[in-house]
Amino acid sequence: MEVVSNLVSFTLSKVFQLSGLDQNCNVLKTKRMEEKALEVYDVIRSIRDPEKPNTLEELEVVTEKCVEVQELGDEEYLIIIRFSPTVPHCSLATLIGLCLQVKLQRCLPFKHKLEIYISEGTHSTEEDINKQINDKERVAAAMENPNLREIVEQCVTEPDD
Amino acid sequence: MKEGLSLVQRLSAHPDSRCWFVSWSPNGTLLASCGGDKTIRIWSQEGDSWICKSILEDGHQRTVRKVAWSPCGNYLASASFDATTCIWKKTNDGFENLTVLEGHENEVKCVAWAPSGNLLATCSRDKSVWVWEVDEEDEYECVTVVNSHTQDVKHVVWHPTQELLASASYDNNICIYKEDDDDWECRATLEGHTSTVWSLSFDGTGKKLASCSDDRTVKIWKDFSPEDGQGDLSWKCVCTLSGYHGRTIYDVSWCHLTGALATACGDDAVRVFKEDETADPEQPVFSLAAQVAKAHDQDVNCVTWNPKEAGLLASCSDNGEIAIWRFQEEN
Repeated sequence: MEVVSNLVSFTLSKVFQLSGLDQNCNVLKTKRMEEKALEVYDVIRSIRDPEKPNTLEELEVVTEKCVEVQELGDEEYLIIIRFSPTVPHCSLATLIGLCLQVKLQRCLPFKHKLEIYISEGTHSTEEDINKQINDKERVAAAMENPNLREIVEQCVTEPDD
Repeated sequence: MKEGLSLVQRLSAHPDSRCWFVSWSPNGTLLASCGGDKTIRIWSQEGDSWICKSILEDGHQRTVRKVAWSPCGNYLASASFDATTCIWKKTNDGFENLTVLEGHENEVKCVAWAPSGNLLATCSRDKSVWVWEVDEEDEYECVTVVNSHTQDVKHVVWHPTQELLASASYDNNICIYKEDDDDWECRATLEGHTSTVWSLSFDGTGKKLASCSDDRTVKIWKDFSPEDGQGDLSWKCVCTLSGYHGRTIYDVSWCHLTGALATACGDDAVRVFKEDETADPEQPVFSLAAQVAKAHDQDVNCVTWNPKEAGLLASCSDNGEIAIWRFQEEN
């Protein structure tokens, strides 16, 4: 009987230990994702709005909370950004999406896949805009248009670049 | 011998830019690649290695998105974001720019040569598909402009044996076109994908069509059209491969020698599927035969089977690389 109860308490303590470890792992992982999200936010906060003389952060088009990071595998992360354009104008929202794509492609130091969306309920043609922003062929072709590229460059280039 | 994909060679094809597409010449000895650096490169084997034999520059002002070989292997067509399609002729020491086809309003996304060698199809973000005729004097003339899609047309492909054309679009649909009195018309619209259809590939017989999409699935469509060839065509989806691909599937290639299906995916993987021989041909079943999870370290944009050497596969990626693989089947 004693042998059995010792075995039971031994097993139980092992189970508690393991679940404790698990909890620690999850806490560490969440912290790592938060750190990565901050790294991402640091890159996008200073992008200038195409129309106004303010940054996307100042206009609250992007906020820390709008960046979500998930682990995809070996040192690779999925970044999901949900931004809120200030005006309902379609082409400006697409332009902001383009700026986000370009700056992150250029400036993020770690391996990533990117998804950019307009935050739900902020725009009437959300689905159309989201589809365009996330079509890398459309993005690449847009960036070969000299006028569009000029506007994007002005929005993403840091003052000391 | 174990079934699997093994790497033959990795080539740094288009340095500092994307490699968008690769295409084998009809006799399987040359590989053409094109990319964001606005060039086309021709690769051939010297001993055991693939090396760059020619660089075709100054043909386009923007990204070259796709290239296609004529059935005779003497011509190459290139589709570009600069809204033009270039026709190149093979010479003794390379290729010369023969002519430039203009007309599309914006980026040309694809060009394809009909098996007869007399017809060419192009498609564009301007939502149209153009069919061009070539005569004996190498003169090109547009014979039809078809506007069946409501959005950007991503890909066009010809049926392997009949004069039938298929197109894939950002509008989530596939259109099949047939000629009637010198006019090409859409005779079937294949609906089913829930996002952009990026590419298409007919099987060797042309009775089945594979499509791949941003919705992360591959669909297999079968021709149920009436034998008399009159009226509308009828294609139905007989199989959907889902759950295998982590992101957008940019390309699919059906091997006409072995029946194997290869896919190029935005999750950096190359996958090969094989049809289960025991399944009902009306309801085909495909299973994953091989995959390389990190075939490239960025999106795989294109995958294509060598038309003459069974099991030889080429892929290319956003990182400018081309990779050549050998798919070994179980013995």
